[in-house]
Amino acid sequence: MVQNYVRTKMSPDMAPPATETGIIGWVMKNLLSSWLSVVLTVFGAYVIYLIVPGVVEFAIVNAIWVGKDGLDCRSIADGGRVQDGQAIGACWPYVQAYFSQFIYGRYPLEERWRVDIAMFVGVVSLIPLLIPTIPYKRENAIFLLGVYPFLVTILLTGGNIGIGNGAWGFLAILMVLGVGFVVFQAKTTQSIQISSGLKIVAAIGVAIAIVYLALGFDYGMLDVETPLWGGLLVTLVVAITGIVASFPIGIILALGRRSEMPVARLVSVIFIEFWRGVPLITVLFMSSVMLPLFLPEGVQFDKLLRVLIGVTLFSAAYMAETVRGGLQAISRGQYEGAMALGLSFWQMMGLIILPQALKLVIPGIVNAFIGLFKDTTLVLIVGLFDLLGQVQASFTDPVWSSPATSHTGYLFAAMVFWVFCFGMSRYSIFMENLLHRGHKR
Amino acid sequence: MSSDISDKADDSSKVSIWNDPKARGIFFQVILVAVIAYLVWALVDNTIRNLEARKIASGFGFLDTTASFGINQVLINYTEASSYGAVFIVGLLNTLLVAGVGILFATIIGFSVGIMRLSKNWVVAKIATVYIEVLRNIPLLLQIFFWYFAVLRAVPDKRSKASLFDTFNINVTGIWMPKPLPQDGFNIVVIAVLIGIVLAFIVKKWAKKRQAATGQQFPVIWASLGLIVGLPFVIYLISGSPLEWAYPEFRETGSRLRMGFQLGTGLQIIPEFLALLFALSLYTATFIAEIVRAGILAVSYGQTEAASALGIKNSHTLRLIIIPQAMRVIIPPLTSQYLNLTKNSSLAVAIAYPDLVSVFAGTVLNQTGQAVEIIMMTMGVYLTISIVTSIFMNWYNATMALVER
Amino acid sequence: MKYKLLSVALGAAIGFTASAATAGTLDDVKKKGFVQCGVSQGLSGFSNPDAKGNWSGLDVDVCRAVAAAVFGDDKKVKYTPLSAKERFTALQSGEIDILSRNTTWTATRDTALGLNFAGVNYYDGQGFMVRKDLGVSSALELNGASVCTNTGTTTELNVADYFRENKMKYEVIAFEKADEVIQAYDAGRCDVFTTDASGLYAQRLKLQDASKHIVLPEIISKEPLGPVVRQGDDQWFNLVKWTVFAMVNAEEMGVTSANVDSKKAGSPADKRLLGVEGNFGKNLGVGNDWAYNIVKLVGNYAESFNRNVGPDTPLGIARGVNALWSKGGIQYAPPIR
Repeated sequence: MVQNYVRTKMSPDMAPPATETGIIGWVMKNLLSSWLSVVLTVFGAYVIYLIVPGVVEFAIVNAIWVGKDGLDCRSIADGGRVQDGQAIGACWPYVQAYFSQFIYGRYPLEERWRVDIAMFVGVVSLIPLLIPTIPYKRENAIFLLGVYPFLVTILLTGGNIGIGNGAWGFLAILMVLGVGFVVFQAKTTQSIQISSGLKIVAAIGVAIAIVYLALGFDYGMLDVETPLWGGLLVTLVVAITGIVASFPIGIILALGRRSEMPVARLVSVIFIEFWRGVPLITVLFMSSVMLPLFLPEGVQFDKLLRVLIGVTLFSAAYMAETVRGGLQAISRGQYEGAMALGLSFWQMMGLIILPQALKLVIPGIVNAFIGLFKDTTLVLIVGLFDLLGQVQASFTDPVWSSPATSHTGYLFAAMVFWVFCFGMSRYSIFMENLLHRGHKR
Repeated sequence: MSSDISDKADDSSKVSIWNDPKARGIFFQVILVAVIAYLVWALVDNTIRNLEARKIASGFGFLDTTASFGINQVLINYTEASSYGAVFIVGLLNTLLVAGVGILFATIIGFSVGIMRLSKNWVVAKIATVYIEVLRNIPLLLQIFFWYFAVLRAVPDKRSKASLFDTFNINVTGIWMPKPLPQDGFNIVVIAVLIGIVLAFIVKKWAKKRQAATGQQFPVIWASLGLIVGLPFVIYLISGSPLEWAYPEFRETGSRLRMGFQLGTGLQIIPEFLALLFALSLYTATFIAEIVRAGILAVSYGQTEAASALGIKNSHTLRLIIIPQAMRVIIPPLTSQYLNLTKNSSLAVAIAYPDLVSVFAGTVLNQTGQAVEIIMMTMGVYLTISIVTSIFMNWYNATMALVER
Repeated sequence: MKYKLLSVALGAAIGFTASAATAGTLDDVKKKGFVQCGVSQGLSGFSNPDAKGNWSGLDVDVCRAVAAAVFGDDKKVKYTPLSAKERFTALQSGEIDILSRNTTWTATRDTALGLNFAGVNYYDGQGFMVRKDLGVSSALELNGASVCTNTGTTTELNVADYFRENKMKYEVIAFEKADEVIQAYDAGRCDVFTTDASGLYAQRLKLQDASKHIVLPEIISKEPLGPVVRQGDDQWFNLVKWTVFAMVNAEEMGVTSANVDSKKAGSPADKRLLGVEGNFGKNLGVGNDWAYNIVKLVGNYAESFNRNVGPDTPLGIARGVNALWSKGGIQYAPPIR
């Protein structure tokens, strides 16, 4: 006889309590889980209420979208054309009217195609470099770092830069030193052969000579002086030059700081800590009022160039610390392995350590770039017109003066900077995840 | 045979001097030193020649010259008749003031937002995320301009005010509040505070010892609060309240120019200071928040679980287990954020807050033209601040560090 | 040698090299083919770029006139916008050949900074601008006012002197850039905006509602503005000095850009000015038709004044003290003889 008190069928699943699922459950869990949470939710809602409607109303709902001058953004009582009593938001026609100035500054209208080409080539060659799956990274990087800067220099300035005898003399000295070094190395250590060493020296010499000739060639393009540059163009020029030029200096400094030679270490540490310890604005002041005093009589640099030098030295110190982080992350075994193979110091660094270390610091470099990109706004204090400087300069145009002009201008500049920086920070996080995949277990 | 081998080994150890890494190292370093010495010498020599050729005065004699310009926020006794040296001090103190207050605010906001971002409350976490992502990606200078030029237009004008409790007033000339005027005998209250702090330390030590010996706990925080705040307050009352308040004078009659708050009455916080302070602390707080979040996440969740298993209260888990471990991760990047804030305070120059860069590397440099001395002094100040802060934070970091066996 | 070497290293490292300086600015200028002129970062009427980047203004005209004298072409000028802080360094370092940037002639600048003032192209003085609704009619009523001004200018010192002298309280807010001063003043941060009177008229155009502001009658300082050159180069100094004088002389003699060709056959003085007689250009190191070119291409002082800052321009400044000495002003040029 079978006792039938054991159930043979499963009882049907009961629905979870209403407080655990669906919207209610989500709300209970995420918004109202405790008294503190309730208070915080109310507080948060209040903060949102304070900020969001105001911004939306200003930027969209009450904004003026069409108009031909500042009067279209002023109320009649204030001398303008907007009905009294109507709320006035952002004055977008002003941004439209000034848009090309915000991008190019006062770069001559008929020459702006040069800027367009420079930007276009930059974007087209940068994008494949950023996407990890696309091949030819090395060639791409060589183009971007070795050719592109000179291309941009020629395009933006118009080329025809006076290459003095001094520059050729410098090349000659460099060549003599190079040959001497090769012969010396070959004679003493046999680590390289004279012929191959000389080939490398000759290649470098030819490359520099080509750059000289390319820069000095008269392309018949109008000479556009740097005071005419402005807007986003200057922002990008300063930020990109700062990062690209500081990269090699940063690597050398990082190697110096980890070197076993006490003098090299000391020099690197002093250099790095000096630039990291002072504000960028004093560096810019220094480059604008002190650099001319440092130079021999008769040698002068363009103001933009002086700023670029200052920014480069400044960011090189930060770059050095970023690269050092990467170097430290490479395990000791890699160094020992390279040494055991009999590689020289530069071979070890160039072939084994740096390729690994630099890959690790890509997110760090992107973050440094974001920082520098934001810091380029400081050049307006020494009188260069970057995007923010150009926006600020436009506020004093009587044609577009209205109560909303400055707010609109700041909002526009903030949006542009935000889009750039946020995009780059997302990319940095993406790369970070990608790079960490191999190390995570 | 064996002697042969040893001979060979001897031979190979006598490498030519060119192949000896030590000798090469010395050789390269000598070259490096020579190049740097040459560069430095050339720079100095050029500069001296240029200064002579351009007939620019040099030396630090200018520090004694009368400044003869006004500054709108001075923490020491400064008039137009003071010297450029006094301007330097004024600027330095103003920089330290805005940096100090900024660090305090940025830390408070940063820690709160960092913890908020980890909150289980969805609204709070999202607000924190949006705040961080928006402000972190907008240049600081732009934020300073926003606070100064955009917000300035939104507050009441100079002839009117908005008040809180009739004590704190705000208008376009800044925040006006009563200024404390210590009377005779107030010193004793200050001394009481100092004694209170010392006593609090002693109590803390004693309580620790007792807990280690007997396991009994002592409410150290309340006792310290009582000693540091309560004791001076009692003494303050006993000594007959030797503190008076000077209220700012707000005139609503008379000529229109003279209406509004009167200069020199009450305590005025100038809008340049406020704009810089808001921008600096809100901007830096976003970075601190991320540091705090990363620090807390770095403490493995097992620690929390272990604490729960031991039956430790939630609040104690956070205070005694999570935070001390997180701090070790937090402190080094936090230090560099503090230094960044201090350095960024130099952006004051854009909105006329009289900090060191603005009045000294700005106005004094313009009046005297002695760029080299002035820029060097200014950079020297920031470098000193950097080094002192680093040393202090390293010390603090060392005290917080994990003591390993 | 060593300097060369350093310049070589520095220059080549960056790809730009500068031409080595020679003794004379004039020779340098002739060799490079243009005058490098330091101007303001934008001050209506004095030196201001239009949307296309063409500079115009009273100060710009001085540079154009110098280029006309040297090259017979007033377009051979390149402009370097400079802040108040950078201007003297730029001139001292040889970055620019002339500084023509509403710069006040003071003893310190003339003697201690290695500069020479080549003349005065605008006699100015520091003034105050206030809102009309304050009901202030004199600067002496400004006790307790907050004052917006520029750092690095003589105005910051003058205002301190003035308020101290008259025992008035004040609060000074000093900005690095002129545009920030006007923005802060417009936002209501200050009651008073002070700078050179000409600057007040120029900056007033940038206010949201210029009609609500007035310029007070007091002029509290002397601000003779003029072009500046480096000390120790007399030839260049002479050229710039006489360029300014030539423009004033041309006005006095009634020579204008319209009638300059017919005046070539005018009085002996006209002939001397326009280079028909005498060797004045040669003595300056330029062609004898230097003054002819100046007047033909740039105009005389009155033309320049009226075109840039005069009553028919947005600035609407009357000649006042800048009228000729013979017409009640103090513009006076030594004769060309």
